[in-house]
Amino acid sequence: MKSGFKTIAAAGVLAGSLAFSGMAQAADTIKVGILHSLSGTMAISETALKDVMLFMIDEQNKKGGLLGKQLEAVVVDPASDWPLFAEKARELIEQHKVDVVFGNWTSVSRKSVLPVFEELNGMLFYPVQYEGEESSRNIFYTGAAPNQQAIPAVEYLMSEEGGSVKRWVLAGTDYVYPRTTNKILESFLKAKGVPAEDIMINYTPFGHSDWQTIVSDIKSFASAGKKTAVVSTVNGDANVPFYKELGNQGIKAEDIPVVAFSVGEEELAGIDTGPLVGHLAAWNYFMSVDAPENEDLIKKWHAFIGDDKRVFNDPMEAHYIGFNMWAQAVEQAGTTNIDAVRQAMYGQEVPNLTGGIAVMNTNHHLSKPVLIGEIQDDGQFATVWETDGVVVGDAWSDFLPESAKLTADWTYPWVCGNCEKPKYVTN
Amino acid sequence: MSVTKKHVAPRCRVVIFSILLALLAIIAPGEALQAQQNDAALQQALAGLNVRSFKDKTAAVVALGELGDARAVVALEALTEGRLYGRKSDQTVVIADRDDRIYKLTDPVSGAALGEAGSRDIKKIVANNKLRGIIRGVLGQLALSSSDPGLRLAAVENVIASPTDGSLALLKRARDRETDVGIRAKLETGIATLELGADDITLRRAAVSRLADGNDPEIKSLLERRLLKNSDGSFVEPDDALRAAVQDAVDDINDRLALFGLAEDLIFGISLGSVLLLAAIGLAITFGVMGVINMAHGEMIMLGAYTTFVVQEIFRATMPAEAFGFYLLASIPAAFVVAAAFGILIERGCIRFLYGRPLETLLATWGVSLILQQMVRSIFGANNREVANPDWISGAISIGGGVSVTVNRVYIVVFALVVVAALAAFIRYSRFGLQMRAVTQNRGMASSMGIRTGQVDALTFALGSGIAGVAGVALSQISNVSPNLGQNFIVDSFMVVVFGGVGSLWGTIVGAFGLGIVNKFLEPVSGAILGKVVVLVIIILFIQKRPRGLFALKGRAAEG
Repeated sequence: MKSGFKTIAAAGVLAGSLAFSGMAQAADTIKVGILHSLSGTMAISETALKDVMLFMIDEQNKKGGLLGKQLEAVVVDPASDWPLFAEKARELIEQHKVDVVFGNWTSVSRKSVLPVFEELNGMLFYPVQYEGEESSRNIFYTGAAPNQQAIPAVEYLMSEEGGSVKRWVLAGTDYVYPRTTNKILESFLKAKGVPAEDIMINYTPFGHSDWQTIVSDIKSFASAGKKTAVVSTVNGDANVPFYKELGNQGIKAEDIPVVAFSVGEEELAGIDTGPLVGHLAAWNYFMSVDAPENEDLIKKWHAFIGDDKRVFNDPMEAHYIGFNMWAQAVEQAGTTNIDAVRQAMYGQEVPNLTGGIAVMNTNHHLSKPVLIGEIQDDGQFATVWETDGVVVGDAWSDFLPESAKLTADWTYPWVCGNCEKPKYVTN
Repeated sequence: MSVTKKHVAPRCRVVIFSILLALLAIIAPGEALQAQQNDAALQQALAGLNVRSFKDKTAAVVALGELGDARAVVALEALTEGRLYGRKSDQTVVIADRDDRIYKLTDPVSGAALGEAGSRDIKKIVANNKLRGIIRGVLGQLALSSSDPGLRLAAVENVIASPTDGSLALLKRARDRETDVGIRAKLETGIATLELGADDITLRRAAVSRLADGNDPEIKSLLERRLLKNSDGSFVEPDDALRAAVQDAVDDINDRLALFGLAEDLIFGISLGSVLLLAAIGLAITFGVMGVINMAHGEMIMLGAYTTFVVQEIFRATMPAEAFGFYLLASIPAAFVVAAAFGILIERGCIRFLYGRPLETLLATWGVSLILQQMVRSIFGANNREVANPDWISGAISIGGGVSVTVNRVYIVVFALVVVAALAAFIRYSRFGLQMRAVTQNRGMASSMGIRTGQVDALTFALGSGIAGVAGVALSQISNVSPNLGQNFIVDSFMVVVFGGVGSLWGTIVGAFGLGIVNKFLEPVSGAILGKVVVLVIIILFIQKRPRGLFALKGRAAEG
């Protein structure tokens, strides 16, 4: 009988009983939705994020949960299928009545769930570095915006310490994140006085495996006598054959360094990193950072997952910060009501694992430190440069003329994600 | 005179001997003192490395290089390899070698073992790219006088790659004492590149004529920079005649480089073709010979790659380190057996009920491919697995003109051809090959001759799958070993088989190399994405003209 009742409620036939069952469930536990692909192409990166969320929820429950209730994880598998992300998001909010969702990796999947979260007034924490140019009332972006990753990386390479690079290859996979990031980088480089003939832009399909021609092109582009670097927004699986080809064609990091924005500890786990030593990555977190909080968390993480070889990476740290901020906001608001929690999120502070304090800004982006690391032969990164303090995430890039005039601020008097003027005029 | 001399000689000897003795007496404690001073200087320079600022580290590296001490070389090499650490307790610089969780410490000055430490007791001294470049130059300068020609050549290359103010003088000295012809030529070229900007016009002229017959893109760009104008409007190269000579040299090099470029595209095309051939050859059996639209073909390749990974792990665990490089050879039969076993399972469990129904076969094998992917994901995890490239297939062979072929690609071309040849011989000469051909040509007749067609079907499918597994061994060397590996190859494989002509091995070979070469000639012009589109359009148009592909089978088999 009870299961039959549940089925009816789940089917959404009886609106009243659906609301009732939702309330009944809410009394028992606080539900946390996890929307990460566990199968398909993105499973390689997203499975670990699901694991870290389960870990965070477990830790919180050990501390007694939130508002006197236990947390309950609701895991769904959108199977790397972008339209399915929207369906699963709807399922989480309407059917499972989750109080918050942590999820997504690719920008295209985020774009697919965005209308659902706005329509149903849900709350999503998005943990991955992305191209910016977006600020939704219903999404908190805990990954890096371009000014927290791409721009500092390029500035580092331009500096004397980074090798005074004069010539740039922007190589990326052909989709929205690399295209937007490269557009921003191109206008940034031009603003810094790099002539157009010193910038080479190259796109490859997803999962590109034959890199011979492109690596050879990079080699001849770099032979012009000016120090050359590759800025790589190549995504996921295509990185392994790319780095293997670089290594095999004898391109050393001292000659042509490659700085990547999508290659972290998790991705390096599948590569023999011997020939890659010295190539760079820019993130807000490295597992190798020597900080007590970091060591403690990794120890707990290994104990939870039961495997001390598992890595911890930047998007996982983003979930760590996002989850703790949300938990603090819920405690302060005294409720899981989305609107109340959202208001409590602004100015929320959580210590970074690498030191310093992450702050949630009113544009729904974090203030975080930026680290640049070189790949070591054990598959970890050694930090070679970091920002003095934290960098405020910028939703709209200052280097694109049409974006530079836009502001994202979800507090009075702006209350807007993409406005040129505040919605409410103050006198 | 001579008499006196004779008399003097022994006395002289005595004098010299006593002088030597006296010298020795002075030197002996002096030497010890010297050694102590050396140690102290080394210690001090090493301590300079254990700082945060890269500028200070650079100064320390240069100081170490100036010591010219063999122990400094060891320490600098350890630094580039990331084995140099600072001990937290007393801030001394140590060399640490990792052994699982414990680090074994060595004193870089005395070479003595300093016991063991955990990862929290020591902190790595980080080098960045710039510092590694400087170390490379410093080590190169020290190794210029090495007695090993290989080391000397590498040293020359390193000094040329990261020249400093003193490099020219160093290279000249090295040239004067160099006996090896090849290294001497390298030195001459290196000196010429540095002398291009000399004040003396005769030196510049000699340098230009020396560099004119090279075919290195870097030298070309060095020459091109002599043709530019300074910011004040004057030419970088003030002499008109010499500038014309530089222009000629650049044009010559450009002509030669264009030729090398063509050769490069051809080589890359053959290499891509061999990968396509490997991926498609198993499908040429299952789809080409049996007519099964096998969407799980890519997963057979994937299983082969994972078998390689497992064999590698077994080798790593059980075999001595020297034998590790041969895991790849052992993987070939293992991958064949594993993939073939799965092939039999799929054929007997699923496909045999669907012969003659291509649409159902397509859907069923698509389902099988998803099951296999998720199975591998459940067993091995969603992450890529690391399959190491053994030393004997790593690196590249330089052809000149900036063109190099990576060794693993050469092996893959050879391997693909060997596999195809073996397969063709097997089908042509073995008893099973005969039965296989008989069944595909006329099932009813073969059956009435006493051939068990069901068994032949199963074994044929197993053969095609097994070959795909073998392809997986090779592809694990250039691609990433992930559950999605097969999906990257399935479309290409069908393209090759359809283009080459269904059922024709020869067609598959020509189709694979043809597509590979066309693709690689298109890629520099159109970019990787448009190149793929153009190739697809070409194939579609071609199939309109010749629906049976390049090499159509004729006769009854083709009708069946």
